[in-house]
Amino acid sequence: MSLESTPAERLAAFLARTPYIAFLGMRAELAGDEMTAILPFAPHLIGNTLLPALHGGVLGAFMEMTALAQLAVITGGPRPAKTIDVTIDYLRPGRAMDTYARAQIKKAGRRISSVHVEAWQEARAKPVAAIRGHFQMPAEG
Amino acid sequence: MVKPPNFIAAMTGTLDEEAARHMVTRTPQTEALGFQFVSISDARGTIQVPWRADLVGDPETGVIASGVVTTLLDHVCGLSIRAAAAVPQGTLDLRIDYMRPARPQADLVADGHCYKLTRTIAFVRALAHDGDPDDPVATAQAAFALVGGLS
Repeated sequence: MSLESTPAERLAAFLARTPYIAFLGMRAELAGDEMTAILPFAPHLIGNTLLPALHGGVLGAFMEMTALAQLAVITGGPRPAKTIDVTIDYLRPGRAMDTYARAQIKKAGRRISSVHVEAWQEARAKPVAAIRGHFQMPAEG
Repeated sequence: MVKPPNFIAAMTGTLDEEAARHMVTRTPQTEALGFQFVSISDARGTIQVPWRADLVGDPETGVIASGVVTTLLDHVCGLSIRAAAAVPQGTLDLRIDYMRPARPQADLVADGHCYKLTRTIAFVRALAHDGDPDDPVATAQAAFALVGGLS
């Protein structure tokens, strides 16, 4: 997969090559250069059966995968970026329903990129969680 | 779904080993990930997750996905808070540093320590390793809100 490939091809390749993304059941769609990641609700994502609520780790992982997917869209190499660190803020309970996320690349560096992600359910203006993270970019070529 | 009696114990402040085991292995997500209960002691807990092909992040390396590590660390933080006799309501924030990739096809172990409780907040540190706790794969720092504060 090179930079001659389209963003949609690079996104599809990233999603298809990562077994854990299939485990989550995560998808993503591109509208122009804007990517929206979708985590359809599934019973195995539940962390608290009383509420019920999605596992906090699932929300964090979903947003981290969203950041990696967004980075895959802008990079041409076959290898994905690697997570250096993430800070996850939990803002509202993640309910037993579909979750969406969008990433903003705050800095696309040659070696290290900084990405913010917000996840929401019923209303984009009421995010359930957010992350900030640093990612090691794959070597070029 | 019928809640077993140990689930009640798991919500009321005392945490015996059976309730801890239940907390680690019997939520849908931890069951799906294959979490195994290892131990609890005063304000500390340990969980293991065996390597599995469908949990891999990069098929070229066979290393377990960082997302699995995130859920493992979040859960072991909750377990160590329960081992400190408090009830976590939810995670406020969780900071994770990934020190190095896990070894290919390695099982992961996470240790959590709830080092400070206030009436409303639990502060927790945790690490994940693949055999040697002195050479961690990832470290975590978290704050959790507590249900109703401490009794």
